[in-house]
Formats: sequence, C-alpha cells, structure tokens
Amino acid sequence: MTKIVACIDGIGARSEAVCDTAAWASAKLQAPLTLLHVLDRREYPIQDPAPLSGTIGLGAREALLEELTELDAKRAKLAREQGRLMLAAALERARADGALEPTTLQRHDDFVVALQEQQAETRLLVLGKGSQGDALGVHIEPALRALHRPILLTDQPLVHPKRFLIAYDGSVTSRKALNMVAQSPLLSGSACSLVMVGPSTFDTRKELEEAEKQLIDAGFDVNAQLLAGDTDEVLLDQLAGQEADLLVMGAYGHSRIRQLLIGSTTSTLVRRSTKPLLLLR
Amino acid sequence: MTPSLHYNWFSNVRGDILSGLVVALALIPEAIAFSIIAGVDPKVGLYASFCIAVITAFAGGRPGMISAATGAMALLMVTLVKEHGLEYLLAATLLTGVFQIIAGYLRLGSLMRFVSRSVVTGFVNALAILIFMAQLPELIDVTWHVYAMTAAGLFIIYTFPLLTTKVPSPLVCILVLTGVAMVLGLDIRTVGDMGELPDDLPIFLWPEVPLNLETLWIILPYSLPLAVVGLLESLMTATIVDELTDTPSDKNRECKGQGLANIGAGLFGGMAGCAMIGQSVINVKSGGRTRLSTLIAGVVLLILVVFLDEWVSQIPMAALVAVMIMVSIGTFSWESLVNMRKYPISTNVVMLVTVAVVVATHNLAYGVFAGVLLAALFFANKIGQFLFIGTKSTAENELTYNVIGQVFFSSSDKFISAFDFKADLDRVVIDLSRAHFWDITAVSALDKVVLKFRREGIEVEVIGMNEASATIVDRFAVHDKPEAIDELMGH
Repeated sequence: MTKIVACIDGIGARSEAVCDTAAWASAKLQAPLTLLHVLDRREYPIQDPAPLSGTIGLGAREALLEELTELDAKRAKLAREQGRLMLAAALERARADGALEPTTLQRHDDFVVALQEQQAETRLLVLGKGSQGDALGVHIEPALRALHRPILLTDQPLVHPKRFLIAYDGSVTSRKALNMVAQSPLLSGSACSLVMVGPSTFDTRKELEEAEKQLIDAGFDVNAQLLAGDTDEVLLDQLAGQEADLLVMGAYGHSRIRQLLIGSTTSTLVRRSTKPLLLLR
Repeated sequence: MTPSLHYNWFSNVRGDILSGLVVALALIPEAIAFSIIAGVDPKVGLYASFCIAVITAFAGGRPGMISAATGAMALLMVTLVKEHGLEYLLAATLLTGVFQIIAGYLRLGSLMRFVSRSVVTGFVNALAILIFMAQLPELIDVTWHVYAMTAAGLFIIYTFPLLTTKVPSPLVCILVLTGVAMVLGLDIRTVGDMGELPDDLPIFLWPEVPLNLETLWIILPYSLPLAVVGLLESLMTATIVDELTDTPSDKNRECKGQGLANIGAGLFGGMAGCAMIGQSVINVKSGGRTRLSTLIAGVVLLILVVFLDEWVSQIPMAALVAVMIMVSIGTFSWESLVNMRKYPISTNVVMLVTVAVVVATHNLAYGVFAGVLLAALFFANKIGQFLFIGTKSTAENELTYNVIGQVFFSSSDKFISAFDFKADLDRVVIDLSRAHFWDITAVSALDKVVLKFRREGIEVEVIGMNEASATIVDRFAVHDKPEAIDELMGH
C-alpha cells in the first residue's frame, strides 16, 4: 500500500484532470505516483464485419486462428503506440505538477485484472469520470466493485479542496470511511461537512455526534448536519449548496441482491455527481 | 476472472446477434442429422439443442462456445435407444448431467493437461470421420437424384460465399434444394420422413422409467461414457475457442455448465449433447464472442423450428447430408496430414491409434483413453533414454560408476545392465549425485546392483543417494521455491 495509481486513457481534459489530481495526492501523501495505461482488447472492438457465410472449409480452424492473430497484432501495435504517447504526455504533466517520483506502466490486460494486480501496492487509485459518470466505458463499475482500495473519481483537477462533504449513515462501511478520513493526511487542511441522512432520533443524533467528535479530534473544521429526505437527492443538494469540492463516502455497503432490487446509492451518486468522489471501501 | 456482466453479454452485441443467427441456421440440420444417428425423432435433437445452447449460455465457462446435440454423443446412445427406447435415453441424459456436475466439482477439468496435442488432433479427426460415416446410409441404395442433389448442395455451399458472405451458404443450399425437390416433386427422402418434428415449445417431463436399480444398471453403462465424451469434446472445444479468441475460460465451470445443460435437456425431452467444434468455429468466424451469441443461437433455433415445422419437414435429406459433409470437412484437421511428415513417428502413432480406436468402436472415450495411454508410454520411454553411466578407474582394483540422468521404471533395466559384475575388482563406487531416482523401481534396481556386486565379493560404496532420491517424494512444490529447482535438478 505505497503507490498512487492513476489511470490514463487518453490525451485531453479528463486525463489531465486525473494527472493533476493524482499528482496532488502523491505530493500530499508523499507516495510515489504510477501512471497506468491498460491496453484492454475490449477497447478496440472488431471493426470489419465478419463473414456470415457459415461455411467451414479445409483447415478452417488454422486459417481462422491466423487471421484473428493478424488482426489482433495490428490493433495491439497501434494501441501500444497511442498508449505510449498518452503516458509520455501524462508523465511530463505529473512532473510539472510536482508529483513524487512519477513512473509509467503499460499493461496488456483486462482493465479490472490489471488494476487488481496493482492492488496490493495501491494506496489510492485515481480514475477519470465522464460528466455522465460513464468514463472508461463499461469498466468503471466492475472496477469499483472488484477493488478494495480508496478510489478517487474525477473529471476536473482536484487540488487542495477547500471543503469536502462526507456522507455518513452509521453503517460499518461508512464508519470505516470515517476512520480513513480521520487518519489520512490527504484531506487535512480542508473544511469538512458531515452529512447524515435519516430521521432525527436519539440514536441517529448520538451517532452523528460521535462521528463529528472523531473528525474534530483529527483536526478538521467540521459542520455536521442531520437531514431528512432521499439520500441521493440530499447529498447532491448539499454538495452543490455547500460548495464542497469533493464527496467522500463508503462504497457498496450492501449486497448485490439488495442493489438489484433497490439500487445502489454509490452507483447513483457516481452517475449523477458533478463533483469528484472519493470512494472508500 | 472478469466480474463484468456487461462484458460477458453485451460487449459485442451486433457481432453476437448476427453470428447467433448464422449458428442457429447451421444448428437445425445438425440437430436433425444427429437425432437420426441416435435413432430418435428430430424433435429430440432440436429440443436438446435449444436447452443445451440456452443453459450453457448462462452456466457455461466459455463464452462464445456453441453447445448442442452432437454426433459424438449421438453415436454412444444408438443401442440404448434401440433396446430400451426414448424414455431410458432421457433418464441416461439426466444421469450424464449429474456425473458432469460432479466432475466439475472435483475439478476434473484440469485432467485435460494429460491429453496431448496429438490425442486432441486424433479426436478431432475421428469425430470428422464419424460425422462423415454417419451420412453414408443416406447415400447408399438411393436413386441418382440424391447424388445429384448432394453434389449440387456441396457446390452451393462452397461457391456461394464467393458471391456474397452476407448470407449463410448452408441456408441457401437448404432453401434451393428444398425448392427444387418441391417443384420437381422428386420422390426422395425428406426430414419429415425421419420422424416427428417439434410443433410446440418443449415441456417439462420427468422420464417415464421405473426408479429402481434395474433402470440404473441399464443407463449407467451409457451415462458414464456420455459424460466422459461430452466433457472431453467440450473442454477441447473450449481450448480451441480460447486459442482463437485469445481469452481465458473457466474449465471446471464449463464441466458444471455442461452437466446442468444435460439435466435441462433430459427434463425437456432432449438427448444428451456437448460443445461442438465445427459450430464454435463457425460462431467465432462469424463474429460471435460472448454468451449472447450462444443464447441467440438457441432461442432462434427453437423459434425457427416451432414456427416453420411444415417447411422444415420438406427439407430433403440430401441437403442435410451436404451440410454435414461440409461440417466434417471443416472439422477435420487437414494440417495434421501435412504435419505427419515433420512429426516424430511416436506422435503420429498416437494420433492414428486414437482415430483407429474411435472409428472401430464408435466411442470417442476409448480412442482418447488409448491415445493418452500410448502417449504416456512413449513419453516414459523417451525420458528413459536420458541416462548415462560412465566408469572411471579411481584406484587400483577400484572402479567408480558415475550415474547421470533419470532412473525410473522405464530405464531401470538399462541402469542394471550398465554395471559389469564380472570384472576383477575389489571395490566399486557408485556415484549417484547427478542421478534422479523417480520411483521405487529405481531404488530396487540399485538394491539389485549392490547385491550382485556383493555376491561377487566386491565391496560397494554408494554416494549421493540422498540427492538422487530427493525426487521420489510425491510433492515437490518447486513452483514457490526457486532455489528448490537448483537443489533438485542442478546437483
């Protein structure tokens, strides 16, 4: 758990945002930065329409293997060159941003598998997020589920956020998230809005107080609120209203089955939030 | 490996739908042809193909592979159907599924590593020959019309893709030949003559067999080979698809998936099946990659047959024969014939024996068993050659034997015969520090050598025994300790 891993998937505003954010995190946490580009074959789908003749002639298997290998080889070469250019640009930018020991890494692999391989050494993973939350194609949700490291999702450069909002519901996942924020130097110096959504009962008020105390003890300037309403809506409102730069939350606290039935707060917020998110698992 | 549902189903939608359609069309003649081989109504094979394709789409371990009713399986059930009837076939299909699921849980899929390349080639070639031979009854004792139709069918199948690759040419062949037969009113055999076609969706049916030991003894001798052959062909096909698409697959999940699929087929009135090499190649070639292609193939197949049964029954058998000849030609590994010149004789013998045993017994399991056994013997023989025993006179009337290489059951005779017990010596040193003793046969061979020397009154000293016998232990676990390799192999 030593590195900051930033996924670079292009040249443009989003990759620059990922780069700047990761460089800030790297400097703040004093952790070396690895810029990762994954050559996932899914990103380079089959272009030519395949023949639909449905015939297999002499040596069909051998011929097909040869043909498919040839196609893959062409695609892979092109993609590798592109990837190298992206990484070179990102490396330069990360250096300029003052990242600690930035390095680059290119892997031919499934995106999620590549991230899992890096997981043991990953302290924080920075991923780009599109305005609709669909960045990196279809990968983002499987990646979020498969990895058990903090993930920072961003589509804008996040450097020294003035205020961050932390969503708290008293669950195990959110308590863990709270501990991580309290212990990590990443967000020190930023103002903190602690938001709990739920009915105002003795228990919830007590839980919120305890959480607030923990953050204050950790040296944060805390503004705690207990609000009623729909969790997603309240959090999105507060995020905009309090001018917070970042939403911090424990991610995927519930089982997949429950999510299938009621939906996941995490997925909704990833999709709808216009601000960067820090997901803690 | 990949937790992504999206990837497994919807990452290649256009290609999968198109290839699924192509495969569905190609599956119809095959399913009908294989039902006829097994001696059951075409609807049994068609229902089976639907159930197996749909269930393996969800439960299988290899996305993009096509499973349905197959010739390899159909050949194994011929006598069961003849002697006991369809209901016992359905019961045997259920039991086959149970065995395959057990195999999946026991992780028997990993046993595939003992099946060498030449056995796989032999299996594929034998399968192609069997499919071809199964077509012969349709070509014997028939009028010249049938030969003309079959030849025309093959001509269409192979030349139509030169015009366009947008339409499956086997389909064109079937349409044209059916049209010709109907217009000319030819009196040749059609699919409708072969038995009942499905006119409805398959329904859930428990096989009507008495649930007792007697039934079990009837179906067991069929279920076991069915399970083995089904898994063999499925895992080989999975390896071929892995290779073609350069993606990994979960072999043990595939075993369980095949088992579930066969249970499903048995309960919905279908025969046992497995993965199909030819169809899977067609699927990949037509652009299919994910589970969606398999699902589409199964569902479209059922829709086509249920709604078009009037038309399907008009298809002349000659058209099916043409399609099946294409499948057998495409399945056969023609490259293996060319390679026979390059490969060592032992490899060729393994391949040819596999083919010969299958063609003789009509049972692919026996062929693979013979091939694997032979390959293992050849391998043991080859490794046994890696034994060198040198001598050096180290003192007056003293001789040192330096044993270098592999000593085990296959080379122990060679080991013993390398020693000269009749020499005029006082003392012999046997240096084993660069030898590997792999089994108990090697140890007893050494005992024998020592005894023989002693009987001649020659004193024997064995050195390096500990190093040499380090390889006898069953578990080396070298993979996680790189230094253990040096210890084992380098001394």
